[in-house]
Amino acid sequence: MQYQSQAVAKPYFIAAIALFFGQIIFGLIMGLQYVVGDFLFPEIPFNVARMVHTNLLIVWLLFGFMGATYYLIPEESETELFSPKLAIITFWVFLAAGAATVLGYLLVPYASLAKFTGNDLLATMGREFLEQPLPTKVGIVVVVLSFIFNVVMTMLKGRKTAISLVLVLGLVGLAVFFLFSFYNPHNLVKDKYYWWWVVHLWVEGVWELILGAILAFVLIKVTGVDREVVEKWLYVIITMTLITGIIGTGHHYYWIGAPAYWQVWGSVFSALEPIPFFMLTIFAFNMVNKRRREHPNKAATLWALGTGVMAFLGAGVWGFMHTLAPVNYYTHGTQLTAAHGHMAFYGAYAMVVLTIISYAMPILRGRAANSNKAQVVEMWSFWLMTVAMVFITLFLTAAGVLQTWLQRISTTPMSFMATQDSVAIFYWMREASGVVFLIGLIVYITSFFIKGETKVS
Amino acid sequence: MATRFTKSMARNIFFGGSLFFFLLFLALTFDTNQKLPKRDNSQNLTASVIHGKKLWETNNCIGCHTLLGEGAYFAPELGNVYKRRGPDFIKAWIKGQPTGVPGRRQMPQFNFTEQELDSIVDFLKYTSEINTNNWPPNIEG
Repeated sequence: MQYQSQAVAKPYFIAAIALFFGQIIFGLIMGLQYVVGDFLFPEIPFNVARMVHTNLLIVWLLFGFMGATYYLIPEESETELFSPKLAIITFWVFLAAGAATVLGYLLVPYASLAKFTGNDLLATMGREFLEQPLPTKVGIVVVVLSFIFNVVMTMLKGRKTAISLVLVLGLVGLAVFFLFSFYNPHNLVKDKYYWWWVVHLWVEGVWELILGAILAFVLIKVTGVDREVVEKWLYVIITMTLITGIIGTGHHYYWIGAPAYWQVWGSVFSALEPIPFFMLTIFAFNMVNKRRREHPNKAATLWALGTGVMAFLGAGVWGFMHTLAPVNYYTHGTQLTAAHGHMAFYGAYAMVVLTIISYAMPILRGRAANSNKAQVVEMWSFWLMTVAMVFITLFLTAAGVLQTWLQRISTTPMSFMATQDSVAIFYWMREASGVVFLIGLIVYITSFFIKGETKVS
Repeated sequence: MATRFTKSMARNIFFGGSLFFFLLFLALTFDTNQKLPKRDNSQNLTASVIHGKKLWETNNCIGCHTLLGEGAYFAPELGNVYKRRGPDFIKAWIKGQPTGVPGRRQMPQFNFTEQELDSIVDFLKYTSEINTNNWPPNIEG
């Protein structure tokens, strides 16, 4: 690596992968509970498994984003990190807070956890994805602020590129919109309305800036294409992201009590939301086709191309499928939402973190790229995980379409549980695909331990 | 292409475009807030409803159920459960958990007091009276 302080990224990446593993284990538990309802009950009720599954997802991606930032900011700024020590302290604080939170979910009933952690002082818990106890939420704010401080100070003393500017903008947005997690009005409609300011404006807004910046960085490195070209693409893509994504929040406002005009605003703008993802795919393939060098890390290039394609399919195509208000009226809150969520998160955010890890980790370990043998294994894990995710999505889609039909459209609508029983076969197949995904992840982790001929960087 | 599209042009469009659409979003949010009182049933936000919402949150009900279509998809939609089942059924159901039927999805026993059960019912009644543009499509949620 070019700068000593880039080394702080390594623990972040390792923690990210470890938490990713935990996330998948809990995903498999939940998947089984869908068909064997009393599996692990009452030790791990479904709601606990789900909190762990989704919270670990958020936390491992944040670890990935932070690691990515610490890796690429010194290189972009052409200077050492402002404070490597602060980065390491932040790492341990964040990891300890995350572990304590997950243990809290697993060991005490949620209501007791709320009582112990001061939810009466400021009630913020028990809302989907924002289940974290108050001290954890405050901890996240402190960690993110110290992280942004470190990054901005580094940037200020060095070169300021478009990539680092976009990245920092995304990170600042992440911090600002997280503040809405502290706002929990009694009025359920307002509660839901502003809840989306965290959830939607994160994943369909500022996180996409982070995604774009990381992908642009890796593409410059592995293709050697001119920075001017890459950065211009980056700006165009994130422009499309925000002009479609901000008003696109409206697709969550159709049925929560907000005025009916959101059905028009939401439908029009979210119909445009696939465009930035389509551009992202074109961008990645274009850059790789125009490459000026053969980078020895083929696996990283594969991850980068995969990110574009899977993000377009998951976030773009599967999102579009049920985003128009007349369709969403029937599909809202069904397994179609779950199908879209799985592929979108994997394609856009999991894969971009795996991309930067694939590119940076060998360098952090003192080589330009892993041995051919290790890369072949890593590429196997790419295909295993990605194809497994495609099947998870397809089976959940089938379950969702059938559920919509039986429960919502049919002239003799069935009850929720009767419907669930009728679609159980698809849940079994989803669970089998989940097992393949886990195997892919194990293969991925194995690839880190495979030796062989490598070039020193 | 006679004119060259430069990076600084792209950057300016990004800042201008994002700012414009964010301001538009704020304007729509302002307008929504003006119109909400007619739709959100907030006149019925009694102390009991507020307590019910808190019980809903601190027991992480959203971790299995959906409410107005949002949440987990493991257990039934509860936005309209008051209309589907009525208050007595809801209370009896919560008290009767877990069912213990082998292989069935299980709901934990929360040991609510009568007064807490009433608050939960009040919260679900309040929720069912929000103007949701006629969602869900039928009583099954």
